[in-house]
Amino acid sequence: MLHTVNKSPFDRNSLERCMRTCDKGSAILLIEDGVYGGIKGSVIEDKVKGAMKDVKIYALEADLDSRGIKGRVIDGIQLVDYNGFVDLTVEYDKVQSWL
Amino acid sequence: MEEAGETKKIMYVNRKAPYGTIYALEALEVVLIGAAFEQDVYMMFLDDGVFQLKKEQDTKALGVKNFSPTYRALEMYDVEKIYVEKESMEVRGLTADDLIIPVEVKSNEEVTKMMTEMDVLLNF
Repeated sequence: MLHTVNKSPFDRNSLERCMRTCDKGSAILLIEDGVYGGIKGSVIEDKVKGAMKDVKIYALEADLDSRGIKGRVIDGIQLVDYNGFVDLTVEYDKVQSWL
Repeated sequence: MEEAGETKKIMYVNRKAPYGTIYALEALEVVLIGAAFEQDVYMMFLDDGVFQLKKEQDTKALGVKNFSPTYRALEMYDVEKIYVEKESMEVRGLTADDLIIPVEVKSNEEVTKMMTEMDVLLNF
């Protein structure tokens, strides 16, 4: 399953809820304010790295760029453009959007 | 002297990240319009609001206006009292060097004190 998270993890618990609940082998795509979850040096960095042992984490490049944090992304998070977003929705059978 | 000439201490409290919601841009517009009224303006950035000031914002691919350079214009409008909470930056892995304009960094305790000294608090 592909999980999308579009809220800042410092404002809402959607990313933590998603990481706690998603199944092994699924993927998490950070979009909109959700991309702040991918920032290095934050208080949730360790939780995100922990989740990456079981799931792949992606972040939408346009949202990282606009927020000035593309150069600050945790190692191992893969960047995707809008076409890559579409590819992910095709690759995984279902999409769960944690709003 | 007319009473209308009274100057008030006004604090704009910014707590939202840019782009995800309209709050940050709206706050900036209100501050710039309000600057014409010659009030004693304080801008406070707390929580995700600190992300508004992050350097290197580039919105080309997103297709919306990058309003972050406008923070640099605040000085020309005599809005020079700009504060960022230390704890908010630390939680997010940021330091004052990551910000587009020079700011004064305040602790949560100092923020509390400043807020109590205001006449008006406007939240975005």
